[in-house]
Amino acid sequence: MKKIPFHIYYLVLGLLLLLSLVVSTRVGAVSIGYDHILLFLRHALSGTPGNSIEEQLFLQIRLPRVLLCALTGASLSVAGALMQALFRNPIVEPGLVGTSSGAALGAAFVFVMGKSLSGAWVDALGPFLLPLAAFAGGGLATWLVYRLSSVFGKVNVNTLLLAGIAVNALAAGGTGFFSYIARDPQARSIVFWNLGTLSGADWTNTGVVAFSTVVGIGLSLQYSRALNALLLGETEAGYLGVHTRRLKTRILLLNTFLVAVATSVVGVIGFVGLIVPHILRLLKSSDNRWLIIGSALLGAILLNVADMLARVIVAPSEFPIGVITAFAGAPVFLFLLIRAGRQQQKGGFYA
Amino acid sequence: MLSIENLVCRIGDRKIVDDISISFAPGRLHVIVGPNGSGKSTFLKAFSGEWTPSAGHVTYDGVGLNHFDRIDLARRRAVMTQLPELHFPLSVDEIVMMGRYPHFSLRPSVRDRTICRKVKGLLSIDGLGDRDYLTLSGGERQRVQFARALAQVWETPPKGGRYLFLDEPVSSLDIHYQHQLLRLARSLVKENIVLIAVLHDLNLALQYAGRMVFMKHGRVVAEGAREIVTAKLVHEVFDVEARLLDDPEGGRPVIVFA
Repeated sequence: MKKIPFHIYYLVLGLLLLLSLVVSTRVGAVSIGYDHILLFLRHALSGTPGNSIEEQLFLQIRLPRVLLCALTGASLSVAGALMQALFRNPIVEPGLVGTSSGAALGAAFVFVMGKSLSGAWVDALGPFLLPLAAFAGGGLATWLVYRLSSVFGKVNVNTLLLAGIAVNALAAGGTGFFSYIARDPQARSIVFWNLGTLSGADWTNTGVVAFSTVVGIGLSLQYSRALNALLLGETEAGYLGVHTRRLKTRILLLNTFLVAVATSVVGVIGFVGLIVPHILRLLKSSDNRWLIIGSALLGAILLNVADMLARVIVAPSEFPIGVITAFAGAPVFLFLLIRAGRQQQKGGFYA
Repeated sequence: MLSIENLVCRIGDRKIVDDISISFAPGRLHVIVGPNGSGKSTFLKAFSGEWTPSAGHVTYDGVGLNHFDRIDLARRRAVMTQLPELHFPLSVDEIVMMGRYPHFSLRPSVRDRTICRKVKGLLSIDGLGDRDYLTLSGGERQRVQFARALAQVWETPPKGGRYLFLDEPVSSLDIHYQHQLLRLARSLVKENIVLIAVLHDLNLALQYAGRMVFMKHGRVVAEGAREIVTAKLVHEVFDVEARLLDDPEGGRPVIVFA
């Protein structure tokens, strides 16, 4: 509703993202100078890497971590925007509707039981086994919450929250069980499953998340107009030529794809998908094309800033990133919940 | 020309629409009236393609409804429903542009923008373009929704005609806006468009309809110009005692309920 055109916003967000990436590669347990960063990048691009510890640290740890963080932020935020459009409710996000915890359960299963799984299909899947299991878990949990909360075709916020709590508790219980019986120290880490961590970043998993993020966002953009039409209601969207049932299935799958792949690598990071679309709506508009592109940029920026804080506050150790996103996100959630409660008194909403 | 043959809609064992055959030609405003639960809305949903009928045929200019894909249908047929509820802020411009969604694939063309500007002018909402829909009054919202439906079928498709259906369009409006909207709807009659409205208020229907269709228990019980309306028919359909008085200045009857 504000007069500033979209491309100015995209430009500013893009520049901020670049800035946050550069600053983020610099700070941490070891601080790296900008001149060194430039030098290392030039080395890497020309294929003549140096051997200093600082350069190894930068190329093998810091850089993939920063990129993974940005990609995860983008994925989670776009998924949040998709789910809010689908449920036609601003309090929905992948953590609430079970996608994250379901994905974590799927990932935990492979993490812990992976060594006991055997057969040709396990070998064939290779690095994709983990994200696939996360996808299956996240998809199942999301589908369950959606079905439970949309009895008689009408989504009720209270039922949605309760269904979310139940399914999340179930998934978290399963994840707790797997981490309890695990021998691998990383799988035992409660921090990874509940609060997320980016410390496991390497080029392989960053590559996998890059793929899901780019493909997922690209596909999401195809549906931005249909999701806009859906804001008017299902019948109205149908009259505008939208195949609503097909759209709903595809959006649920797309959300699961984006969230599950990221979650299988970084664990559960909550509230990003809630705050980012909300800020964008306040900034400019509820147009889903804007929300999707904007969420990709702003989500990457905000999660990067959160990760920077996580590394700086208690350096050389690191703070769980999920704590930071929860502190920032939970108040926003409560605010939206109170407002939704008031709207609910005037009648429910449809989905 | 919209032709409906032996249309039946069932929910469970109940026939909501019970074997209706009727056709609607361009050139007049067809108004469907009937008591609550008479199947008006389901009937409208069925012939507009939103509800798959249990039996029967619906053809648009001789082409069966099931031969159109969704986009193709959306380019020739628009439906204005009762005020949809919105939960997110959207500007008036964004909502009116939704009417053009079936017509462009990525970005609206100059033509799409021109059409939106024209319909906004026609409904005198051009000043509201940047306003948040949620802050509008009921009357303004209604006009925005009407603009969106009108933008959707602004152009005549290469083959066949245009269809605009209004499902209880004035139910939440005060008298001033009710008349404003129906006057505008009636003015479209000249534009070679099949125009059908479902209305609750019999007097409004009498004033604006070119043809009236009375429904009860899923059937069409009477149809024709407003001369068919008698106290007996009103009693038969709505189960209320009514008298028809002649308005000496309006030149048409007024219904008074006992």
